[in-house]
Amino acid sequence: MAEKPRLAVLKFASCDGCQLALLDLEERLLELGESVEIAFFLEASSRIEPGPYDVALVEGSITTPHDKERIHEVRRQSRFLITIGACATAGGIQALRNWADHEEFLRAVYAQPQYIAALEKSTPISDHVRVDFELRGCPINPSQLYEILRSLLHGRRPRTPAHSVCLDCKRRGTVCVTVARGIPCLGPVTQAGCGAICPTYDRGCYGCYGPAAQPNLVSLTSHLISTGVSQQEVVRTLRGFNGYSPEFRAESDRLAPP
Amino acid sequence: MAGELADSSSRKKEALFANREEFARIVPLLRERGYAVIGPTIEQGAIVYAPIDSVEQLPIGWTDRQEAGMYRLERRADDAWFGYVVGPFSWKQYLFPPHTKMSESLLTAEGWEFRAVEDDAPMYAFLGVRACDLAALAIQDRVFMNGPYVDPVYEKRRRRALTIAVNCTQAAPTCFCASMGTGPHCRYGFDIAVTELSDGFLLEVGSERGEEIVSGLATSAATELQMAEAHQRRARAVAQITRKLDTHDIRNVLLSQLEHPRWQHVAERCLSCANCTMVCPTCFCCSVEEVADLAETRVERHRSWDSCFNWNFSYMNGGIVRQDIRARYRQWLTHKLASWIDQFGVSGCVGCGRCITWCPVGIDLTEEVAVIRGEAT
Ligand code: SF4
Ligand code: SF4
Ligand code: SF4
Ligand code: SF4
Repeated sequence: MAEKPRLAVLKFASCDGCQLALLDLEERLLELGESVEIAFFLEASSRIEPGPYDVALVEGSITTPHDKERIHEVRRQSRFLITIGACATAGGIQALRNWADHEEFLRAVYAQPQYIAALEKSTPISDHVRVDFELRGCPINPSQLYEILRSLLHGRRPRTPAHSVCLDCKRRGTVCVTVARGIPCLGPVTQAGCGAICPTYDRGCYGCYGPAAQPNLVSLTSHLISTGVSQQEVVRTLRGFNGYSPEFRAESDRLAPP
Repeated sequence: MAGELADSSSRKKEALFANREEFARIVPLLRERGYAVIGPTIEQGAIVYAPIDSVEQLPIGWTDRQEAGMYRLERRADDAWFGYVVGPFSWKQYLFPPHTKMSESLLTAEGWEFRAVEDDAPMYAFLGVRACDLAALAIQDRVFMNGPYVDPVYEKRRRRALTIAVNCTQAAPTCFCASMGTGPHCRYGFDIAVTELSDGFLLEVGSERGEEIVSGLATSAATELQMAEAHQRRARAVAQITRKLDTHDIRNVLLSQLEHPRWQHVAERCLSCANCTMVCPTCFCCSVEEVADLAETRVERHRSWDSCFNWNFSYMNGGIVRQDIRARYRQWLTHKLASWIDQFGVSGCVGCGRCITWCPVGIDLTEEVAVIRGEAT
């Protein structure tokens, strides 16, 4: 990569939380500033440098006709396009509308819906352009983001975990909330990344990091239902931040055909 | 003898009796001698092993109800101190910690400088080690301390640790130590072994270090009546063990059934979540990762618990060997019960039942083995 690679951080439909993860790097961000040129990052600076960029970190999903065009321009301007977070990678929580009546939502929310130009579905970036790497999480883990940038700087493959949240639960000494308290948890089918925060604070995993490698969703949901969790609650659990990811979507659609 | 692992089998000393008040003094006594006492205590809705500074922190008057995929704490009718079995964690947490920084290297003007990291773990006293876990400790000793490659972290912690065993006086439906020949009676590998009686504790000394501790307590020689009560309580645990695993020729049975349709059947239920390997007191797999700063001039080597259930754990030379859950479940079961024997001369399973209870979908290895053997369908 060039002497000082140029980095851009771009936003589509999202809450900005993943961009904040970059700011959360704190002193490591300063260190990063010595190795890369932060050319476009509105969350941190109003200075805007035009492309092309060596690395584009893309946050957010595609929800408007304008964004659908803009993402192609971003792709053209970027050598590496990396999606950050559940919105960019799986459509985000706003993809819940993909199961609802879009027109009805517009009428319910906006006084003058005719001025709103929104697409019927919220879709991940990879539905529109080629993506070089998808960094999971809602929000992303700053240390994983740091690892991605470090690996790009050194020209090697990034290392992010493929294991389940359960492994991290046990590593940190958290008692399983499903086995000990009957709380439904997506941990066994969710990729690690958060360090098992929710089970540690007495909640089931919400699946923020999306499906783990080869998730056995049918077994997990069948078991939850057999232990008395309602099918409706299982579907609601699956349709969260990563509900529109292919694996979670297929399972919730199997249980509750749209 | 400090630094020597307890070899209680060679010592046959008469049993002693200490009343509850007196036995309670063991915790301060150990602390005075510099031990960090780790014992059973209630946390997050389960009995875990954590640092304690008084017997008050034991799960007095509590018990555990366990089934495949289910664990609940319940009140007991009495105030027993050790009236439960094993929980989600085991002593391996302390001897083979989930995360360890192994070494670090620094790029200096003279080149790379390598430094080992000195492990600063305290000297542990494990209070409440069950018979199955004594067997598990002996197995991990073989894994980490036998042969040419001794694990320095495990060895240092293990050699300094004091083991106070507790004989089970009840068993859970998930326990099958009797099938594995490991329990419920503690017969070796302890510094002190305890049997809880109605009004106190029967103590057996298993090592010089144990003897030194017990000599600090006011004890009396156990009476015939106390011995009989201890025997009868231990017999209750034996009688409560209902789960079985037929170990006859198990190595050959399993390794000759690698294409049995049951592997596919279990793969349809297994989540490949790794919980069974995490809770297993003998599983020792880990991964080692180099973590560098941005300039890659300071590199740390970290070791973390890992598992054969992880999709990319078998990654080597450009590919993943165990590509599906069927292959991964088969690896776990055949390693535990078959190839472990080739590797270490003993089974890798001590019959503690943890993997059965803590499997989120309640997969039971004893049932899988029975089907593969053709005993059940
Ligand atoms: S609490 Fe959830 S993530 Fe943790 S071990 Fe249980 S099922 Fe897995
Ligand atoms: S395989 Fe299961 S029963 Fe056997 S020692 Fe491991 S956790 Fe205990
Ligand atoms: S069963 Fe799996 S995790 Fe356990 S020691 Fe064997 S290979 Fe490692
Ligand atoms: S057997 Fe159970 S605990 Fe083990 S990996 Fe499969 S689902 Fe997880």
